[in-house]
Amino acid sequence: MLEVKDLRVSVEDKEILKGLNLTINPGEVHAIMGPNGAGKSTLSAVIAGRDGYEVTGGSITFEGEDVLEMEIEERARAGMLLGFQYPVEIPGVKNVYLLKAALNAKREHLGLPEIEAPEFMKLVREKLQFMKMDNSFLHRSVNEGFSGGEKKRNEILQMLILEPKLALLDEIDSGLDIDALKVVAEGVNSLRDEGRSIVMVTHYQRLLDYIVPDHIHVLSGGKIIKSGDKSLALELEERGYDWVIEEAAQ
Amino acid sequence: MASQEMEQLVRREYKQGFVTDIETEMVPPGLNEDVIRFISAKKDEPQWMLDWRLAAFEQWKQMEHPEWAHVNFPEVDFQAISYYAAPKSSEDKPKSLDEVDPKLLETYEKLGIPLHERAALAGVAMDMVFDSVSVTTTFKEKLGEAGVIFCSISEAIREYPELVQKYLGSVVPVTDNFYAALNCAVFSDGSFVYVPKGVKCPMELSTYFRINAENTGQFERTLIVCEEGAQVSYLEGCTAPMRDENQLHAAVVELVALENADIKYSTVQNWYPGDEEGKGGIYNFVTKRGECRGDNSKISWTQVETGSAVTWKYPSCVLKGKNSVGEFYSVAVTNNMQQADTGTKMIHVGEGTRSTIISKGISAGRSDQSYRGLVKVLPGAKGARNFTQCDSLLIGDQCGAHTFPYQEIANSTAQVEHEATTSKIGEDQLFYCRQRGISEEDAVNMIVNGFCKDVFKELPMEFAVEAEALLNVSLEGAVG
Repeated sequence: MLEVKDLRVSVEDKEILKGLNLTINPGEVHAIMGPNGAGKSTLSAVIAGRDGYEVTGGSITFEGEDVLEMEIEERARAGMLLGFQYPVEIPGVKNVYLLKAALNAKREHLGLPEIEAPEFMKLVREKLQFMKMDNSFLHRSVNEGFSGGEKKRNEILQMLILEPKLALLDEIDSGLDIDALKVVAEGVNSLRDEGRSIVMVTHYQRLLDYIVPDHIHVLSGGKIIKSGDKSLALELEERGYDWVIEEAAQ
Repeated sequence: MASQEMEQLVRREYKQGFVTDIETEMVPPGLNEDVIRFISAKKDEPQWMLDWRLAAFEQWKQMEHPEWAHVNFPEVDFQAISYYAAPKSSEDKPKSLDEVDPKLLETYEKLGIPLHERAALAGVAMDMVFDSVSVTTTFKEKLGEAGVIFCSISEAIREYPELVQKYLGSVVPVTDNFYAALNCAVFSDGSFVYVPKGVKCPMELSTYFRINAENTGQFERTLIVCEEGAQVSYLEGCTAPMRDENQLHAAVVELVALENADIKYSTVQNWYPGDEEGKGGIYNFVTKRGECRGDNSKISWTQVETGSAVTWKYPSCVLKGKNSVGEFYSVAVTNNMQQADTGTKMIHVGEGTRSTIISKGISAGRSDQSYRGLVKVLPGAKGARNFTQCDSLLIGDQCGAHTFPYQEIANSTAQVEHEATTSKIGEDQLFYCRQRGISEEDAVNMIVNGFCKDVFKELPMEFAVEAEALLNVSLEGAVG
């Protein structure tokens, strides 16, 4: 589904990713871990198309299409959605409005007509309930005055409604207490599907207790230096990153 | 419809005076007493009206052009302007929509203007616009039954001289300012509304007005009077782009609300802003003021300003009656090279008077926008209250937004609050929306409309939708 080959990315002339390789197949859940400043957030930002990142080499393809040639919104409509570490506040714009505009943009891309209001409200209410969110969320401005937990839940709510093929979750667990983490994890787990892939970027093993990945990668120094199954997370929890970095240096 | 009936309808329309049957004529450029006498004679005005115009002209000659506004434009040569042009005759107008510039029609489409209004707006000869004529006639009958007078100011001067003499110039005195004085001397036409005691005007005076809005001219004069307990909602202007050969527009609008009366005045202004370099755009210098003369009266101004090269306009309220209420809700959009210096004045004279100011300014391109607002509380205005919120939104990094709030408070029991914010449509916000699949242009529109919603909700329903569309069209290409 997603193929990242020898990706090199610079920010303000400083090379952050130095030849990164990653293959994600349909139905897989991957976790990307690593020390601070390793380039974890850079990877998700580049896949999503954020400005300010210069790709100096390598390629990213999604279902065979060259992602680097696509506009930000085209990537989203093709099915790549980013769950933000810091969801952005948009004063005056109601959540319900953003959701509807986003869903209709996707439908237009698929050649479907705009969704009927009753059908849309039914869908949204169902997903709200699943995320244990109050209906009043819909009429609040996007992320404005939301607590950290509410913002993250809102990100997952959007995923549940937009049903991406590839969900990129950037530090979706940061700033969550244990109850909120459970709700968010339940939301993500409900997205698991043989046709859908999930990539989580995280610092903490804790998240992986609730969303169990198929593959774990350690990103350090701009490259993936070790990959393994879920047992790798436990080892990292126990021993930290240093041993992996040392092992890779040899 | 039989052609005879049609003809009758059309003739009735003429008789009612909204379209005068003067032959096409234009006076040569220049301003002197003879020109004023000519205008007055053309309109068949009584002597007192001519005297009033001439007195205003004398005053105007003594006045100096004001320089305080935060705008820049070349000096206006008042002797190079022609002060009278008769309305175009039907022969000069397009006969049907097929003859109208397709680009204009495309814009109407985008703005969602009802089909039956498009022809009238595009300047198609009135006798060709069947729907509008019948709609207009129905409205006229309904208003007549309620006792509401709604006619052109020229007609009012002839038909209702006592009312006009009593109220004209009573809110905006002849010598109020340079452009108001000029307007008094040479005003072309405009509207007159009189709602008698206890009457609630049975309809919004909007659709009606839009159909008849052609050729009100560059020096518009409007007077609205609401007697005790009367109510009216009036909408001027139109979301459709209006082009005009006259560059200088200097209108005066006066509102009078007596005890318990309620006037809601909404404006959608979309005069030609000039090309991307600002060439050829309209200068819009307007004096708008309402007086809450009676206790518990209310005047509310709502405006959506997107047009003109230079705008200079401060719809104001003088709150004389006890517990009277003044409101000002404004969205002003400037793009390309447009300049706008706009805001309001709330003058608290009576006890317990209250005012609200919500101003939303959006600057894009290389435009420059200022909010200028005065809240004045006189010694007698015990317990007066004002709330002002003044927000600016910047799109891009070459535009400007400025705020000039003035407060003069002479009563210690008054409560005056002022909140102001300036924000930019952030890269982050756009990225967030686009990452949800929403195009950049739709994202900008969504954010801008969200920013303006406090004002849009004050607009009459039908216009709120059009106003949103108008903003989107005005900001096309503002990003990226």
